[in-house]
Amino acid sequence: MGMTMTQKILARAAGVPSCSAGELLMCKLDMVLGNDITAPVAINEFFKMGATKVFDPDKIALIPDHFVPNKDIKSAENAKMMREFARSQGVTHYYEVGRVGIEHALLPEQGIVAPGEVIIGADSHTCTYGAVGAFSTGVGSTDMGVGMAIGECWFKVPEAIRVVLTGKPRGYVSGKDVILHLIGEIGVDGALYQSLEFTGDGVASLSMDSRLTIANMAIEAGAKNGIFPVDDVCRAYLAERVTREWTAFEPDPDAEYARTVTIDLSSLELTVSLPHLPENAKPARDVKDMKIDQVVIGSCTNGRISDMRMAAEILKGHKVAENVRCIIIPGTQQVVKTCLAEGLVDIFIDAGAIFTMPTCGPCLGGFCGVLASGERAVSTTNRNFVGRMGAKNSEIILAGPAVAAASAVMGRVATPEEVL
Amino acid sequence: MKICSKVIKYGDHVDTDVIIPARYLNTGDPAELAAHCMEDLDSDFHEKSLSRHIIVAGRNFGCGSSREHAPIAIKASGIPLVIADSFARIFYRNSIDIGLAIVECPAAAAAIADGDEVEADLDAGVIRDLTTGETFTAAPFPPFVQKIIDCGGIEEYVKERIAGGEHQ
Repeated sequence: MGMTMTQKILARAAGVPSCSAGELLMCKLDMVLGNDITAPVAINEFFKMGATKVFDPDKIALIPDHFVPNKDIKSAENAKMMREFARSQGVTHYYEVGRVGIEHALLPEQGIVAPGEVIIGADSHTCTYGAVGAFSTGVGSTDMGVGMAIGECWFKVPEAIRVVLTGKPRGYVSGKDVILHLIGEIGVDGALYQSLEFTGDGVASLSMDSRLTIANMAIEAGAKNGIFPVDDVCRAYLAERVTREWTAFEPDPDAEYARTVTIDLSSLELTVSLPHLPENAKPARDVKDMKIDQVVIGSCTNGRISDMRMAAEILKGHKVAENVRCIIIPGTQQVVKTCLAEGLVDIFIDAGAIFTMPTCGPCLGGFCGVLASGERAVSTTNRNFVGRMGAKNSEIILAGPAVAAASAVMGRVATPEEVL
Repeated sequence: MKICSKVIKYGDHVDTDVIIPARYLNTGDPAELAAHCMEDLDSDFHEKSLSRHIIVAGRNFGCGSSREHAPIAIKASGIPLVIADSFARIFYRNSIDIGLAIVECPAAAAAIADGDEVEADLDAGVIRDLTTGETFTAAPFPPFVQKIIDCGGIEEYVKERIAGGEHQ
């Protein structure tokens, strides 16, 4: 029986010729990631295990992005602990405030992740790097601590759902609409313990930024990872970023899949997910009269340059509604610079939005846009769980950048054609 | 390992944001985390956890963020066991790693009611609802995971490997 892309990557990393779903493998790791919330717990575990040195300082990424620039004394202590660990261990991929970005925007942008690699991160959205054909999955802090110590992690080989994308998306439909629609179809546990393996002629029409958004939210369907084939679009993206050798893996023609889900991109509509689960997906135009208090455009899901451009296109020459705070959060310093160079920052400020530093901030109710009780936000982030962005009776409607920008102008959930 | 206690029951998709809200993630201290465990889902959780030590829940328990603070908060609340229809995979790994016992058993998750007295024999994989008299069987852990548990969690397992001079 043939193997899926994920199974091939895991077999290579475990040094075995083949593997099948359900098998347990100990795999060598190409990158171990942590952030200012999860790494401090992992560092404590690392030392408790008796480790003294990381297995390879080039294969650890420690990214202060969640509560930085630090929001309070306790978060500053956590960031300090991670910084000191990074320095004492000689960790190559530690980025200080001013050079850092949101981890899952930064790592692909800087070529720190590549096809065929096995990556774990103590952050659930580590699955983002499947967009470049890597096996990449979220773990907890203890697994991260083990990974830093021995450079290995055990995995149960997942079976896969084959997601066939056909056609080309229309207008402002982008990766976010694809993944919200998919989660709506299969549910928040629809891919539990499984891979989502994307394929089909529609993949070619999706930008790398869209693919990163889709893979990023694989976890919101319960998936272990989401993975894309390495095609010409991906190769062009990697050529500018990755200098080391990498290997692309393709699924075997006779690979077995748990099931196949087909999405026709050409008929896909701008999509939102209503409170309080990402599976509550609906076409944006069907959502009427939902007044909002805040819009957030950014995060590891939608904080890349295409997201900023899409938001700017809609906000240009318009004003954010009087009763709405529109918070635009670029994913990395490179995104900030491009926004400046292309005049996007002027558009945002002239529209009455705030353009901030890169941070996870409000996505998890940290800072920089926490919601008060009874407030409602349209957000390009990834989770609309109870209390995720602030007060437990606040609400989040998930959307892509086009719907978020249009909603900011209209003061309610809206689509771009209502604004343009 | 046998655990006998009254049950606190929850529904489907209990996410890690409600198990421990991110506003408390500026600390990793188990006692501090336990003080806020489940507060956005059930404001009486802390009081309940003083006399009831098993959580029974529906599908996809622990979905969302990878924060290990979530199983740590549950364990530090005096809950050594969670029985659910299914678990989100990162939460599942984290629980094994930190030594919070978790049992996937759809039949038990559906039948056991809030406040029932339950006895769980984890070695035998048998769960008894002493209130109703019903008995359920759970699948045992895969051998590889059982080995980690036998080592007292992944920390001891790695300690042994490092002490063996394999990595440092």
